[in-house]
Amino acid sequence: MRIAIASGKGGTGKSTVAANLAWALSRSRDVTLVDCDVEEPNLHLFFPAPATDVPVTTPNPEIDAARCTLCGECGKFCRFGALAVVKDCVLTFPHLCHSCGGCTLVCPHGAIREVPRTIGRVSCSRPLSRLVLISGVLNEGEVQAPAVIRAAKVLAEGHPLTLYDASPGTSCPVIETIAGSDACILVTESTPFGLHDLSLAAEVAEKLGTPAGVVINRSNGQDEATVAFCREHGLPVLMTIPFSREIAAVQNRGGLISRDLPGWEERFAGLFRAIPGVSP
Amino acid sequence: MIRLAVVSGKGGTGKTMVAAALADIGEVPQVLADCDVDAANLALLFPLRRISTEEFQGIEISRINLDLCRDCGICADRCRFGAIVRRDDAWTVDPLHCEGCGVCSYTCPVGAIQMEPHTCGEIYTSMTDRGNLAHARLFPGSGNSGLLVTEVKKRAVALSEGADLMLADGPPGIGCPLIATVSGMDAVLVVTEPGISALHDLSRLVTVCRRFGVRIFVVINRFDLADDICKEIEDYCAKENLAVAGKIPFDPAVIEAVREGRPVTRRDSPAAEALREIQESLFSELGLI
Repeated sequence: MRIAIASGKGGTGKSTVAANLAWALSRSRDVTLVDCDVEEPNLHLFFPAPATDVPVTTPNPEIDAARCTLCGECGKFCRFGALAVVKDCVLTFPHLCHSCGGCTLVCPHGAIREVPRTIGRVSCSRPLSRLVLISGVLNEGEVQAPAVIRAAKVLAEGHPLTLYDASPGTSCPVIETIAGSDACILVTESTPFGLHDLSLAAEVAEKLGTPAGVVINRSNGQDEATVAFCREHGLPVLMTIPFSREIAAVQNRGGLISRDLPGWEERFAGLFRAIPGVSP
Repeated sequence: MIRLAVVSGKGGTGKTMVAAALADIGEVPQVLADCDVDAANLALLFPLRRISTEEFQGIEISRINLDLCRDCGICADRCRFGAIVRRDDAWTVDPLHCEGCGVCSYTCPVGAIQMEPHTCGEIYTSMTDRGNLAHARLFPGSGNSGLLVTEVKKRAVALSEGADLMLADGPPGIGCPLIATVSGMDAVLVVTEPGISALHDLSRLVTVCRRFGVRIFVVINRFDLADDICKEIEDYCAKENLAVAGKIPFDPAVIEAVREGRPVTRRDSPAAEALREIQESLFSELGLI
């Protein structure tokens, strides 16, 4: 069972839901939590533990000047501007490379080989006896977030119950995270911003054919518009978390409400049972 | 023209609220740009009149002509993005995964694969009572968000005649769209909050922003929710030589303003007061007033 936690809008509480759900479930079963918000991973802050790092690399072209005739085929082929053939050499721009391998295919002289370049890492730890945390971390200044997400998800393969915490937004990194999940939890807050971005996130889940349900966070009780949206789109409301300074204070200091506040462990266990397609 | 982007690293710290407040109270001629193209929200706070709508074409993606396809599967073997999939007993391109590299088209032995333009969003220009606004909508699930940000900034420049300030609302994160936003800016205003996640994200964002040589200002939102962590943020800023432009208290008037679809500075409240002070000190630092 693989469950993605996404939101569209940032800061609605994806990591809160992921971390607390993981903690509550790890009381009775093995859970693997994967931090796919590789631009700004935070889950390790809630589960401090010694970690083992595995570098993430992507293949980038390296030119063999002895074989290169400066024919220009590679530069013509590359749609990302990662190679430029100038007067007496081929310049490469690794940050622009998408690692498609096209340049090595088109080079008529076999002058291009691919060499790995480190763009991030995957950090693995076991903060609790029944919880494994796998965090993808993109190096600052790099843009290939999907490659790091893929690497983190590959390391989590084979685990019976996996939770993926997505980045905000609705573009490539979110697609990479949700793709292949059995279900998706969309976390929102009941403001016009939250609702607007929930509608975008719901569209992504629908396009990927992933069944989804909604968690309303920081509710002040005025959730009518969000609830109506969910009803119209056939999205079950799985859980509502009220706004409270007490919850915010626990969360801001790296605490877990499922562990630190009474009643929340049961509520997060209930959230799991409510996810579409879960048979506990 | 001074170019200022409001960014945050961590999402949901209040970027759009702060950007809207700055746009609302400044008296400097300005142009606005919503660079959070995945989830653009600035337009929800300003009544606007649309000037133009245009299609956004991202990078070309591939299409398989099934009349020519001999079903050899070489394209699927060569594609590194898993974008060529088996559907209804035929090979087809999954546009959600296609990066548009062109390898499939190159390797197809019978020339059955073409690269074709792909619309993945819309770019808008609008008029608001607080200046012209360039904004966009990326279709959910599309790539090319960095490219779209660059297009939005170009439209903002085209709309900027007579403006002394370009004010951009940025995306969360530190990846492609953030880098496209920060590139070419004079200054960034980082909105953070007193939480361990936001502090962690702030330091990663600062590392990225430093590479662009922009001036960095920090504002701490909801600072009174955790005084001790707020102090940690201030210590971090002092250590890194980052100017703290101000602190905004937790204030229910902020949520109320968002619910009513207006900038928080339209009415008096503790948050509005703090934002006025921030605007004044920031604009004076930037030489705008």
